[in-house]
Amino acid sequence: MSAPLLEVENLRVSFPTPAGRVDVVKGLSFTLGRERLGIVGESGSGKSMTGRAILRLIRSPGRQSADRLVFDGIDLQAQSERGMRKLRGARISMIMQDPKFSLNPVMTVGDQIAEALKTHESLARKDVGARVLEMLHSVRINDPERVIGLYPHEVSGGMGQRIMIAMMLIPQPDLLIADEPTSALDVSVQAQVLDLIDELVREKGMGLILISHDLNLVARYCDRILVMHAGQVVESCAAADLYQATHPYTRGLLAAVPKMEETRDELPVLDRSEWSGT
Amino acid sequence: MTTVQNWLLDDSPNSKIQANLGNSYRMFRALMRNPLAVVGGVIILTLVLAAIFAPWIAPQTPLGQDLGARLLPPSAAHWMGTDELGRDIFSRVVYGARITLMIVALVAIISAPLGLLIGAVAGYFGGWIDKILMGITDVFLSMPKLILALAFVAALGPGIENAIIAIAITSWPAYARIARAETMTFRNSEFISATRLLGGSHTRIIVRHVLPLCTSSMIVRVTLDMAGIILTAAGLGFLGLGAQPPLPEWGAMISRGRTFILDQWWVATMPGFAIILVSLGFCFLGDGLRDVLDPKQGGKS
Amino acid sequence: MSTNTSKTHRVKAILSAIGGFVIVTLLTFVGLMAITFFIGRVIPIDPVLSVVGDRATQEQYDAAKIAMGLDRSLMVQFIAYVGDVFQGDLGRSVSTNRSVASDLARVFPATLEMATLGIAIGVGLGVPLGVWAAARKGTWIDQIIRVFALLGYSVPAFWLGLVGLVVFYATLDWVAGPGRVDIFYEGLVEPRTGLMLVDAALAGDWQVFWNALDHLILPAAILGFFSLAYIARMTRSFMLDQLGQEYITTARVKGVSEWRVIWVHGFRPIRVPLITVIGLSYAALLEGSVMIETVFSWPGIGNYLTVALLNADMNAVLGSTLVIGAVFILINKLSDVLYRILDPRSR
Repeated sequence: MSAPLLEVENLRVSFPTPAGRVDVVKGLSFTLGRERLGIVGESGSGKSMTGRAILRLIRSPGRQSADRLVFDGIDLQAQSERGMRKLRGARISMIMQDPKFSLNPVMTVGDQIAEALKTHESLARKDVGARVLEMLHSVRINDPERVIGLYPHEVSGGMGQRIMIAMMLIPQPDLLIADEPTSALDVSVQAQVLDLIDELVREKGMGLILISHDLNLVARYCDRILVMHAGQVVESCAAADLYQATHPYTRGLLAAVPKMEETRDELPVLDRSEWSGT
Repeated sequence: MTTVQNWLLDDSPNSKIQANLGNSYRMFRALMRNPLAVVGGVIILTLVLAAIFAPWIAPQTPLGQDLGARLLPPSAAHWMGTDELGRDIFSRVVYGARITLMIVALVAIISAPLGLLIGAVAGYFGGWIDKILMGITDVFLSMPKLILALAFVAALGPGIENAIIAIAITSWPAYARIARAETMTFRNSEFISATRLLGGSHTRIIVRHVLPLCTSSMIVRVTLDMAGIILTAAGLGFLGLGAQPPLPEWGAMISRGRTFILDQWWVATMPGFAIILVSLGFCFLGDGLRDVLDPKQGGKS
Repeated sequence: MSTNTSKTHRVKAILSAIGGFVIVTLLTFVGLMAITFFIGRVIPIDPVLSVVGDRATQEQYDAAKIAMGLDRSLMVQFIAYVGDVFQGDLGRSVSTNRSVASDLARVFPATLEMATLGIAIGVGLGVPLGVWAAARKGTWIDQIIRVFALLGYSVPAFWLGLVGLVVFYATLDWVAGPGRVDIFYEGLVEPRTGLMLVDAALAGDWQVFWNALDHLILPAAILGFFSLAYIARMTRSFMLDQLGQEYITTARVKGVSEWRVIWVHGFRPIRVPLITVIGLSYAALLEGSVMIETVFSWPGIGNYLTVALLNADMNAVLGSTLVIGAVFILINKLSDVLYRILDPRSR
């Protein structure tokens, strides 16, 4: 593997509460090549904040810091806000969770996708249109000419998420962060959307960070897995080795995943006493 | 001190009193963290103290004329100067606090419970009772309040009592709306049905369960409305329809001072500062209270 | 869903919105008339006296009593009253001795002119200030704008008018004083619309135009300040709501400039609710003009109303109340229906 695409060392994200500042991400470190990394953890484990912190999108009053946050040789922490804007979308992009909330309700789908492109490249109007249609095609939208004129509330959740993917991939970024890309979707379309992301990422040789609470899903679509708990990485392993994980939290999570062929009366509850206090 | 605080903030209070006191204490602390709310609270406290202790604070009586000391500019002897009858403006402003406080208190006492009751009844019963009551409320709500108050005073005749009645008549609809919306949210909740099953009458449910649940949003709204009430009352006074001379009502004082505005500016301006200060105090306090009691409403009016 | 059926859907939605608007507005008008009727005929112990004034002779009194039909039942009286109002008959004013309707038609344009310039000032400054405060939430800029806006809720309009006159007219001499034009310009242009600025422009008399503007600017700015306060506050709160939405983060992820994030993604969706706010504050300005007109001797409906109040000229009082109330209701409901038609989410 050549020089890593992303290096993160001792990343911290904190928010103020009435009882003082609380770290939601506590000293996270990892490196990423042009590979697919999965970050799993229960809700509140700080995984989403990790994705936003890479884009430096933690809004005040939240605060972030890291010893090292380097993307493709660029020190992200040394960038001005203007410098970051050049990277966002163009080089690092992020698929948001729920298309119902993450697409602008009063802007047509076509305009929103075109905006992502026009922000980073100056193209003639008809070239922009052509690129948008082509992109919609590649996310398997059958009649893109009709879809570009629709408003987000006029499309289904699955289609909304494919539009989101089109929007985030159209400027051809090198790193894609997918923050729970399917948790708001019907089970029936989840696999389609993930297969699509997977295919496009492989095709373009991008790096992918897939953030999810779903162990199986991450194991299926990723090369490597970080298990996060309470703002820290408790386990880091190759996806293939997940089922040999040693940390009690990971073991607990694995045990809680229901399996097709078993007949358990009751799923075990995580016994937090085993690792808490570490 | 710490033990009292711990007792107040106990997560599992042992009695209803402890829980209530604990809640009030938490709200008080949250309010104290908002600097504007503290300023507002201090202003209102000052208003109340000025009203209570007016005879001790004011250097002179509000009505005592001294024609030899007419229209004197502000000085050490007369902090805000004197008016056309030689009365000390500062003393009149201090006594005016009593009138202002009386007006806002009476308007609140008349209109808030009226609106609360109408809204709660409409929301609780629903159906045609709701339709009729809210229809009336909507008609009142889409009227210009000041104009309506003016028309009422015109019919009732000038005077402070009639001004209070007119303002109260125009302010209740907003409270009815809030109370109805609030009641609708828990009308079908289980504790209400439970009380019904236990044989609680409608009156009892409305009085014991529905009304108390509406109070916090009502307090916020009433506090925010105080500024408007003060301005309307002062406006009526200014037009000569509210408090009548020689009562030291701030709006009426400005009206008298209008004649001398170009040469003796202080006569009209000083009472105005009192109005602004007190109204601003209520706004600050209301804003702060809303953030504490009704966070989802933040910023909306 | 094909585009065709969605279009018919939309037309239907618009029609039902307009239908609802007409019905609700008419009902509210009737409610308004019920209130003015109640004020005029039920509250006063002697309604006849309150209409003819206490200087009336016995003959005038008796004539008025029969003319008012006070021997009939309240319901019949009310229906007759509604009929009169719809025919534009608001009775006679005892102080001007003309019909209230013609009096109001004469004074209303002056108020309209002042309120319109006022709302222009209020929107022009209030919207950017509100957006700015939201974008800088929690900073000292936000706090200053907040206090400035709250002042708009706390300063008596008549007081600010007096102070404005002392400062900008008497002391600094930046603007002209009370009235619509200087005395020697009065009656120079033909009152075609009743709006002094428009009439002067139509007549091509720019001297009158600038003089009228000189007189108008201070009262309009003071009125504008009050609508600014409300508009800025509402804009801020709408914007904060928007800026907390997920799609704002989406826009930032795309690398969109902060200016575009705020004005395109944040501001565009709130334009429709802002219409309602602006409508409401325009209506409120008509109301607020009562106090301002008194201070500036502005010959508008507010001044007419206060003079009528002091003379206990009940027909004029109720007529003004009806007209201001009707305009208020109309703007109110109109901005409501506009909201329903314009919001793309209802498409």
